[in-house]
Amino acid sequence: MNAPSAGGAAFRNLLVSFWFGVLILPFRGIVTAAAVAGAVFACLSLYRPLASYLPSLRLRLTRTEDLILRLTSGPAAPFAGVIAAAVLLFIPVFASNYLLDILILTGIYGILAFGLNVVVGFTGMLNLGYVAFYALGAYAYALLNVKLGMGLWQALPVCVALTTAAGFCLAVPALRLKGDYFAIVTLGFGEIVRLVLNNWDSFTNGPNGISGITPASVAGTSLGALDRYYYLVLAAIFAAYAVVRRVRFSRIGRAWVAIREDEIAAGAMGINTTVYKLYAMAFGSFWAGLAGALFAAKMQFVSPESFTFMESVLILCMVILGGLGSLAGVAAGALILILLPELLRGVQSYRMIALSAGIILLMIFRPGGLFGSATRER
Amino acid sequence: MLLQQIINGLTVGGVYALIALGYTLVYGILELINFAHGEVYMLGAYLGIIFFGLCTATGLTAVSLPLALGLTFILSVLFCAAYGFTIEKVAYRPLRSASRLSPLISAIGVSIFLQNYVMLTQGATDKVFPHLFGAAGFSVLSARITYVQAAIIICSILLMAALHLFITRTSLGAGMRAVAQDRVMASLVGINIDAVISLTFVIGSGLAAIAGIMIAMYYGLVNYSIGYIAGVKAFTAAVLGGIGSVPGAMFGGVFLGLVESLGASYISSEYKDAYAFIVLIVVLLIRPGGIFGRSTEEKV
Repeated sequence: MNAPSAGGAAFRNLLVSFWFGVLILPFRGIVTAAAVAGAVFACLSLYRPLASYLPSLRLRLTRTEDLILRLTSGPAAPFAGVIAAAVLLFIPVFASNYLLDILILTGIYGILAFGLNVVVGFTGMLNLGYVAFYALGAYAYALLNVKLGMGLWQALPVCVALTTAAGFCLAVPALRLKGDYFAIVTLGFGEIVRLVLNNWDSFTNGPNGISGITPASVAGTSLGALDRYYYLVLAAIFAAYAVVRRVRFSRIGRAWVAIREDEIAAGAMGINTTVYKLYAMAFGSFWAGLAGALFAAKMQFVSPESFTFMESVLILCMVILGGLGSLAGVAAGALILILLPELLRGVQSYRMIALSAGIILLMIFRPGGLFGSATRER
Repeated sequence: MLLQQIINGLTVGGVYALIALGYTLVYGILELINFAHGEVYMLGAYLGIIFFGLCTATGLTAVSLPLALGLTFILSVLFCAAYGFTIEKVAYRPLRSASRLSPLISAIGVSIFLQNYVMLTQGATDKVFPHLFGAAGFSVLSARITYVQAAIIICSILLMAALHLFITRTSLGAGMRAVAQDRVMASLVGINIDAVISLTFVIGSGLAAIAGIMIAMYYGLVNYSIGYIAGVKAFTAAVLGGIGSVPGAMFGGVFLGLVESLGASYISSEYKDAYAFIVLIVVLLIRPGGIFGRSTEEKV
């Protein structure tokens, strides 16, 4: 494409800025519209000079990716691993309660992201109602604890069994549908679960939620304190990582990736796509149940407000950010999406707009996720 | 009582049908679930209130109510069409050759963006549309239709008929059908794909805008979150009728409105929002392609 003349480009930028100014005019008035138009014009005009810096930026990005790759798989890997483990284990010694809270939440969302990664990242099925299984796990633990007095370790098997069964039951009818329809049905399922939790007052206490969940304990010592609960979540997420990684590089995992890459070819190769997709849904829901129980045990309170469609979107964003299929990337995605809003507490109201704009830009410019090839399939 | 619920259902159903048409047109051409479409409907509702407020502030409403309403509708439709066009150009066009997942996620991003955009610019509290006609209406047998309800039902029918004629009788409509059928062949025959796709978004957004203004007049209240739930229900309606099929979307919208209205009054109004999803799941289990959908084989 021939480069347009400088005057022509400026005129086109002017038109585009004017267009965006007009779009915002009814919503905010002429001052904001003029400001937006000016900002758009500035960005567009600066694009050409700034674009010359792009190759050097890309070079720097590749160098960082190489560094990460060498740290995680080269000869320095064990040392890097030991240092990382030491840091993680000793964090509670000097961290504030606030930081511990964030890290625990990151761990729980990390487990959720691993679970959704199995369905969306490995197998390529878009599950928009993942939060429903999270909610089922949390509410199951809450009800078992409050109504039957079960502790975390007794209730956990029941919770994960319930969510796995729910994932399986949803998948059995839903897998007959094509990709997009499947996504909408899962969305519908997520909403139905939330509505039932919100309206079935006699069983789930409706919008008031269930409070008074007793803190977890291990061998008599209570895990209610944040620094102790941190170790529980740390153990859980390491277990999740180990198990999911092991399954990923097994026959089942390879079947999942084959289905994602080309379902018809996978079927032609003899893979029973329906059965493996069922496995994926059930396995993914398993982790949601675990995360839900951990969440309920930490917060000691559950309510339907924590389990909206936005949560599903947030977890999906963690998976996309980390690059579909890459476990380490997904964990990093969870860390970023929990940490960033906390750091930006001051501009809380702009959080969602920034996140959504970020999603759109990420899809256009870096569909492989933030960490692209560096953490590919690790 | 039953007749009243049917009338209410037809009113809401007409609105769902108009929004569903936008979904089905875009899906037919791009195979993309335009999550942002519900937000365009919400934008239309807000713009209706804003422009009508402007008309009232400049005294136009006092002079001539039909003129003020007409101007409101025209301006809102134009602006929403512009928004739809911009959304397509910015968020979907760069992703046209990417995998199926990318535009879908981008659509979710646009949906969240627009919701927060309106929340930040217009505030999080409900916005009010002045009550023009109150409960004035006329009685039919044992039920009552207000003027607003009658206007919505008639408007929806007229717009659906107009769209049907446009798609089946005009050359632009033929172009849209061609692009929906086979994009590559359509471009080889000389149809401007980009223009047709933009036109599709513009038409869909215009219909959604009208639906939004009518809902604003009907309920009197709008909020930045109405787009999401109406969007999901309208998409459910489109899927119900067979996504990609224009008569299907019309049927699905009306059917869903009736189910919701009757379900809310005869079963439970607390689960009103759930009926849409339950109906969707049931229909998809029995007829995965939707009621009027054609089952397409996937070519290798």
